[in-house]
Amino acid sequence: MKIKVDERGYYGNFGGAYIPEMLYPNVEELRDNYEAITSDPDFKKQFDQLLKDYVGRPTPLYLAERLSEHYGAKIYLKREDLCHTGAHKVNNTIGQILLAQRLGKKKIIAETGAGQHGVATTTVCALMGVECIVYMGEVDMARQKPNVERMRILGAEVRPASSGSKTLKDATNEAMRHWINNPTDTHYIIGSVVGPHPYPEMVARFQSVISAEIRTQLKEKEGTELPNYVVACVGGGSNAAGAFYNYYDDEAVALVAVEAAGLGNTTGKSAATTTLGKPGILHGSKTLLMQTEDGQVVEPYSISAGLDYPGIGPVHAHLFETGRGTFYSVTDEEAMKAGIQLSRLEGIIPAIETSHAFAALKQMNLKSDDIVVINLSGRGDKDLETYIKWGKY
Amino acid sequence: MTNRREIVSKVEMNRIEKLFQTKSSRVLNVYFTAGYPKLDDTVSILKALETSGADLIEIGIPFSDPVADGPTIQASNDVALSNGMTLKLLMEQLKDVRQEVSVPIVLMGYINPIVQYGIERFCADCAECGVDGLILPDLPMHEYLEVYKPVFEKNGLLNTFLITPQTSEARIREIDNNTSGFIYMVSSASTTGAKTGISEAQEAYFKRVNEMGLKNPRLIGFGISNKETFDKACENANGAIIGSAFIKVLGQEGDMESNIKTFIDQVIN
Ligand SMILES: Cc1ncc(COP(=O)(O)O)c(C=O)c1O
Repeated sequence: MKIKVDERGYYGNFGGAYIPEMLYPNVEELRDNYEAITSDPDFKKQFDQLLKDYVGRPTPLYLAERLSEHYGAKIYLKREDLCHTGAHKVNNTIGQILLAQRLGKKKIIAETGAGQHGVATTTVCALMGVECIVYMGEVDMARQKPNVERMRILGAEVRPASSGSKTLKDATNEAMRHWINNPTDTHYIIGSVVGPHPYPEMVARFQSVISAEIRTQLKEKEGTELPNYVVACVGGGSNAAGAFYNYYDDEAVALVAVEAAGLGNTTGKSAATTTLGKPGILHGSKTLLMQTEDGQVVEPYSISAGLDYPGIGPVHAHLFETGRGTFYSVTDEEAMKAGIQLSRLEGIIPAIETSHAFAALKQMNLKSDDIVVINLSGRGDKDLETYIKWGKY
Repeated sequence: MTNRREIVSKVEMNRIEKLFQTKSSRVLNVYFTAGYPKLDDTVSILKALETSGADLIEIGIPFSDPVADGPTIQASNDVALSNGMTLKLLMEQLKDVRQEVSVPIVLMGYINPIVQYGIERFCADCAECGVDGLILPDLPMHEYLEVYKPVFEKNGLLNTFLITPQTSEARIREIDNNTSGFIYMVSSASTTGAKTGISEAQEAYFKRVNEMGLKNPRLIGFGISNKETFDKACENANGAIIGSAFIKVLGQEGDMESNIKTFIDQVIN
């Protein structure tokens, strides 16, 4: 099966560009230009150079021996937590800032949930000397305080989104409204594989460096490019899309996506979109969406700000619908325990988003000769307060 | 039921078309959010608007995430939803509206609630209630042409697309070809209610589009809030749309009907 986006931005039944006319010229400009710009040798050279010298790529593929022993399989960690700024998000923001410059845009806006995308955006704006405004839900500003201050230190303005659930969905609404009001000089750096076409595919391509590196590194270590499983957490789905991208067509590789089940999928406090959602339209694309019978978007819940989103990227909705992806969901409690476990077994404190991916290992019935690659999407520095509050360590 | 629908679509001329045949200037279209300020206000607002002299009325279907709207209409959406407004309930409220109100009615809404309701059922119910047209701002043109248009037409519903100051001339032509009823000219690059007054640049845009000789009538919306802005908009279009400013009127203290009358009076006289 080919997982491929079509001309209008659909992955099977999901995707597209459902936007009000006010956004049309901006999105059209991006759609008409991004492939030419990003395939230009100069762009590629600058992108690769920055990923290498500034971000620190390639990130290691690390055999986690104690974790492997614990789960009875060979588990590798793709160390996106070692990227500059502490998560995979920067792969995308480097790509988009270079694109924005070539489109002649002078200002940048972004939305952020955990603050990782906000920090990654602010960082590249500082690097390029570009003005930057980041929208962040009020609830998220409170639970990810260090990242708010990091963004401010880096020179960005952080604007609280105080509508709705005051989390990632609402920050995205506010960023879109800002873009409507500032259509000509501003580029909107979306932080995940969501939004109207071409964003989902564009962001996935910038993140696809993750799986490109995994293939090379695994070949060196195991003599094969193909693990049995690639595992990643899914908020909007950018780290997962990056980790899966170069494996879409390798049916032997199981693509495992892990969503946040919050307090549990039957409690009304969850963000597990494939379990609780149905097809719908939000933020410019048709995808799986948590919503009421009347089509109102349901406010999700997760302990992790980066997974607290009522939708998923359209490519993941497609992976789910076609069965190419395997989807698990794990609760706050399971994720927190998995985060502590990784800290104790490997000396790596993961971001709470990432902890969700680790918590799925025990649901997977692994065999001793299985090779598993987990995308360690980010580090836990930003989450210390949440770990401390949770307290069970 | 089906019989009545056929009569609506085949025998009677669409009320929007009829309106523009008899009136081609200073057409006043007023927007309000269904379920605001109170759940059951829909029909009384419609009646008060008609008596006050509104030519066309746009009822907003509330949505949890109205990305094209500014704070005023966002807040009306939130209130309407917490009052318990749903699309199903709106259809029930509008069931007998044609016995009391004869101005053309347009429903405006983000696409998701309509998709969940089911497009066939939605259009059939619209026709049943005597709704004349639809504005679905986040419906892509290709999807309209391939999926929605036949269903709209079967039910006698006209379709309005939006244009903005940034819309290219080629796209304005394309929109003109695929719009029926009227074109919604967004007055500036903004969300609803964001700007006040009309600048020279906006006027230049109104004139530019006016001189394109489009097939459809044009109504200018966003930032139209009083007599001054209404008059200005009407110089280069067939009329204008008032949204946020009217939502503020609905939120005022005192008797709603007389507030509506006072406001509309001030705008058109
Ligand atoms: C470390 C980390 N992982 C994962 C995510 C979730 O985003 P995505 O699903 O786009 O990778 C975030 C989002 O903030 C994050 O910070």
